[in-house]
Amino acid sequence: MTGLSRDGNGGIRLEGELTLHSVPQLELELEELLAAQGGPLSVDLSGLTRLDTAGVVFVRRVPTLARTSGVAVTLGSLPQHLQAFFDYVGEVPTAVIEQEAPSTPLERLGDRLIDAWDSLLTFLYLLCDLTWDAIVALPKRAGIRHGSFVDQAVFVGSQGLPIVAVILFLIGAVSTLQTIAQLRQFGANVLVADILAIGITRELGPLMTAIIVAGRSGSAIAAEISTMKFTEEIDALRTMALDPLRLVAVPKMWAMILTVPLLTVMADFMGILGGTLTGVLSMEISLTAWTARISEALMLKDVLTGLLKSVSFAWIITVIAVNRGLQHAGGASGVGQATTASVVASIFGIIVLDLAWNLIFYLR
Amino acid sequence: MTATTTPAAGLAIEVDELAVAYDGHFVLRDVNLQVAAGDIAVIVGGSGCGKTTLLKAIIGLAQPASGRVRVLGQNALEHSELEQRIFQQRLGVLFQHGALLNSITVGENVALPLQMHTQMSGSMIRDLVMTRLNQVGLVQAVDLMPTELSGGMRKRAALARAMALDPEILFCDEPGAGLDPVTAAEVDNLLLTINEALNTTIVIVTHELLSINRLNGQLLMLDGGQMVFSGPTADARNSTLPQLRQFFNPG
Repeated sequence: MTGLSRDGNGGIRLEGELTLHSVPQLELELEELLAAQGGPLSVDLSGLTRLDTAGVVFVRRVPTLARTSGVAVTLGSLPQHLQAFFDYVGEVPTAVIEQEAPSTPLERLGDRLIDAWDSLLTFLYLLCDLTWDAIVALPKRAGIRHGSFVDQAVFVGSQGLPIVAVILFLIGAVSTLQTIAQLRQFGANVLVADILAIGITRELGPLMTAIIVAGRSGSAIAAEISTMKFTEEIDALRTMALDPLRLVAVPKMWAMILTVPLLTVMADFMGILGGTLTGVLSMEISLTAWTARISEALMLKDVLTGLLKSVSFAWIITVIAVNRGLQHAGGASGVGQATTASVVASIFGIIVLDLAWNLIFYLR
Repeated sequence: MTATTTPAAGLAIEVDELAVAYDGHFVLRDVNLQVAAGDIAVIVGGSGCGKTTLLKAIIGLAQPASGRVRVLGQNALEHSELEQRIFQQRLGVLFQHGALLNSITVGENVALPLQMHTQMSGSMIRDLVMTRLNQVGLVQAVDLMPTELSGGMRKRAALARAMALDPEILFCDEPGAGLDPVTAAEVDNLLLTINEALNTTIVIVTHELLSINRLNGQLLMLDGGQMVFSGPTADARNSTLPQLRQFFNPG
């Protein structure tokens, strides 16, 4: 019979099996009892038949719990055969938490600013290093493994092509429908094709392509490099007198810079194609009239600035992904964090660069 | 296990005619073994002889192709999912690389099975975790992340977690692998203490001679997927079996 019972003289008696399974119930009973207890309490342990580690800890806790309720407790002795195990389990160590002096909000703000400044500096250093290495690597390919550029280009470019094409086709189709709905109110339907051509080549084509590439290839770069850091591959390269940036990052950089503009050309074409589909279907306009209008509206400047932007997007995505990968800390979950941080930061970087280019090209 | 249980008459583990195959290729064949409750069983053999597979088959992580495995008198294959979960609480496993969850602290790792499988109060669990960590000498590490620990500390923390529910059988996959001789000896001594104090049945896979001699348990030798020897370590040392002579006197 396991349990906690009162004996005649204001004491309690623990009986039976004190294990993981009985402890939760006994905890509740003891708490109730201590709350009601007025004077000192004696605990008789002689009726116990079994103890496991949880049971021992429970017995050891009785005096501590009683003290918080202001009750003095005397523990009786254990049955002989349980004493050795009781001693083996040992005391419950008191938590050794080294309390640091609590920091003031000002200190925390300062810490954050210093951290932010440090990581900005690290980022800028890497940005310069990687860009310089990439330029130097052009004339002489020293320190770059044969074939790594092509592998990366295939991954970023041709394998990324279907998703970019489908998404831009749909975006072109949707945005044209919306433009038609708005312009119809002003009878300015004639401008729909112009808006499509300009909007896709200047903004949506390069921007959406870059965001898709950041999610697809930037994350892969961050995950690969942080895994290499985690498994000491980066250190291994250094000990072989190989520069990890050159060997790993530079081919990725060039693969991105060369394939993202190509993807963008494809994206521009697919976006206009999607817009053409919904435009011709929902307006009473012939395909020939529509295409004539489009080719009139398409300006070389728009396409070229779009491509220039996409080169800069490819560059910033790579730098951010490599930086996040190299900053990896904290085991397997660190790989996931590096990947997420890389995608978020890349998208932010893309938008900021986009704003900068717009200010340069279109601010009057 | 509990302090009062004397070595039960029953067997902790029984394996009959076990065969395990991966993709039609037999890794284990005709394996028979018995481990009495409260014993230390040491499974030895060269690399790739099926030691880890045997351990996994006993724990229930690998499906046997034929044969029967009974642990604590029960056959895991006959269990429903719920029964298996309850049964698994009576077993503890120390994995080769510790397998601590890296996203939570050492203390939370040890507390996890206690929080999930018992109704004890938070402060009771905290005290129990501290007691456990104290036994493996890691009280200071309670709030550290597993990645901040050395290899030996990680293994001791993993041992504290494996022992969290006072399992009746503790399985250890190469507890000394990757540890220096001093730390490996500490882990072995912890296992011996647990076996003595709690009467826990311990099954260890290893190929380290020092460890085998220290543990001095029932030796089970696998070679080419078959059991070639089973008996006390002392007998194994004096055996004339070629595999054992080679194993104890390499080089």
